[in-house]
Amino acid sequence: MKILPVFATLVAAACSEQLFVGDQVLRITASDELQITLLRVLGEQAELQVDFWRHPTSPGLPADLWVPFPSLQAVKIFLESNSISYSIMIEDVQELLDEEKKTMTRSRRIQRSTSMFDFASYHTLDEIYDWMDMLVDDHPSLVSKIQIGQSYENRPLYVLKFSTGGSNRSAIWLDTGIHSREWITQATGIWTANRIAEGYGQDPSITAILDSMDIFFEIVTNPDGFAFTHSSNRMWRKTRSINAGSHCVGVDPNRNWDAGFGGSSSSSNPCSEVYRGPYVHSESEVKAIVDFILGHGNVKSVISIHSYSQMLLFPYGYKKATAPDYEELNELAKKAVTDLAAVYGTQYTYGSVADTIYMADGTTIDWAYENGVKYSFTFELRDTGRYGFLLPSTQIIPTATETWPALLDIMVHVLEHPY
Amino acid sequence: AAMELPLSHRSVTRAAALAAHCACYQRGGPGRGLALRAVRRASRQDIDDVGRKYHLELVLEDVLDKDSTVNCTAEVLYHLGHKNVAPDVQFTIEGELKNTDEADNIFYNRIKSLEIELVAENIPDSHGNISPEMEPIHLLAWVASGYVIWQNSTEKTKFQLAQIKHVKQVKRSDEYLEFDYVILLHEMVSQEIIPWQMTVLWHPQHGVQVTQDSRQLKHASE
Repeated sequence: MKILPVFATLVAAACSEQLFVGDQVLRITASDELQITLLRVLGEQAELQVDFWRHPTSPGLPADLWVPFPSLQAVKIFLESNSISYSIMIEDVQELLDEEKKTMTRSRRIQRSTSMFDFASYHTLDEIYDWMDMLVDDHPSLVSKIQIGQSYENRPLYVLKFSTGGSNRSAIWLDTGIHSREWITQATGIWTANRIAEGYGQDPSITAILDSMDIFFEIVTNPDGFAFTHSSNRMWRKTRSINAGSHCVGVDPNRNWDAGFGGSSSSSNPCSEVYRGPYVHSESEVKAIVDFILGHGNVKSVISIHSYSQMLLFPYGYKKATAPDYEELNELAKKAVTDLAAVYGTQYTYGSVADTIYMADGTTIDWAYENGVKYSFTFELRDTGRYGFLLPSTQIIPTATETWPALLDIMVHVLEHPY
Repeated sequence: AAMELPLSHRSVTRAAALAAHCACYQRGGPGRGLALRAVRRASRQDIDDVGRKYHLELVLEDVLDKDSTVNCTAEVLYHLGHKNVAPDVQFTIEGELKNTDEADNIFYNRIKSLEIELVAENIPDSHGNISPEMEPIHLLAWVASGYVIWQNSTEKTKFQLAQIKHVKQVKRSDEYLEFDYVILLHEMVSQEIIPWQMTVLWHPQHGVQVTQDSRQLKHASE
């Protein structure tokens, strides 16, 4: 049961400090349509002042009813005399509120304004973009927001820059959400960006990294797709570009890069989830990153974060040949997944994209690798299929927490192995 | 001759996932689902004019109780050339699976006593939530999808149940519970989300059975 919405609902209902002593929330399960009707009638009795937090919709599914203390007896008699089964979900609403207030005041004292942001929930595009501005406000000498381009539907493509100064320092590129349905990635991105910002000056590793290098982090790499997963189709993967001559929309942004483009591990069919697009970098979301990285000229690592499968992968995807840096990348991957597993026991496999998951051409990390970025990795975050793309929000913080040491391992290695 | 394979190789993980789905279908129910925890050993053998056979040693876990695991040895034979023939899967599970009689009976009686047939959508929801009341419905779909996945697997596919789009109970006069599901399957290699209809029968003593299934067309907006 969610705590925050309880508080929010009741605060919304009462502008002043109203006391809810003795009020209860009942969980009611109607067993047939007649009982559903009776419950609706109950809800409409103005003098009882009851309120459904979860409405009775069909028999067998629970409804949650907030009952103010003065109406408790009448409501319970009504339910019992109609043989409507119920249980007491919240015994005393005021007690719960007092507890919640204590917790929120506590967390407010520990952190600053970005703690108002609920890292343990999935957010909308607007919420994420607002949070980015808050992060910059909270860490003005470390974090800035740059726009590298626009999406197909003209949404801004924002990148957070973490820098302690210098001029065109060696840099690490991180991206999440290139495939919009992989919600755990954007959520992990937010937590991680916050962790980087909070960690500078506290965490020796991140401090050492940021003292010499910059980090560029694009959290919503495919904002059009992301907006679409909220508004229309939770399972949307691709961009939302219109394909000439087809009723199917979108290009797979991870098959659109100029590395082995056009092979048999991507599709020429616009209706395919792995449609490569009409030509390399046709997608503005991809072109923006290509232009940024090439324009920057000093990017030493590209880490692209996806879900799901619990894997840490490196080039190549477009061919079975072993990458020249295979040994080093493999050893680094091994260390990273070991440190990830040490947090909660989550097991990852690792290896080249082609060996470990599938052949895939035109991918981000193959392009980066072939453009001189040696430390190019793809993460596939939790889980292995039980929830897949629909990973419960309760797993956001654990996923981000365990992935952090793996990311650090890679970033520290990049720092310690300049090239 | 059989060739040992690296455990993280894509062909191994696909065959292992398939074996786990089959084991789950045979042994699962609304109170128990089995999922692949780990691959301990894998080897492969090409059989002339027949196909390719994988020998696997797996660890399976109970999805409702991650600490409960069993060992499983499996053989998966992908038939040469025949695209429409399901792979042969044989498996043996070592050890006891948890008894779910109590939970099964509670669920069975709860559904049997519903005056109006159960109907639900989008399980899990967009945020990954499944209400406690819908857990057995989800698990039943998870188990039943093992059959659909088995029937449609090849060496180049790796399926998972992505979501229940829609489920409707169908009342029967006999002792079985019947549910009509439309599920979304996620196929990892093509990355496609495939709607699939399946009719599922269940009884505490008789296990899970998919009596009818058919691939659905995707809508234009998807």
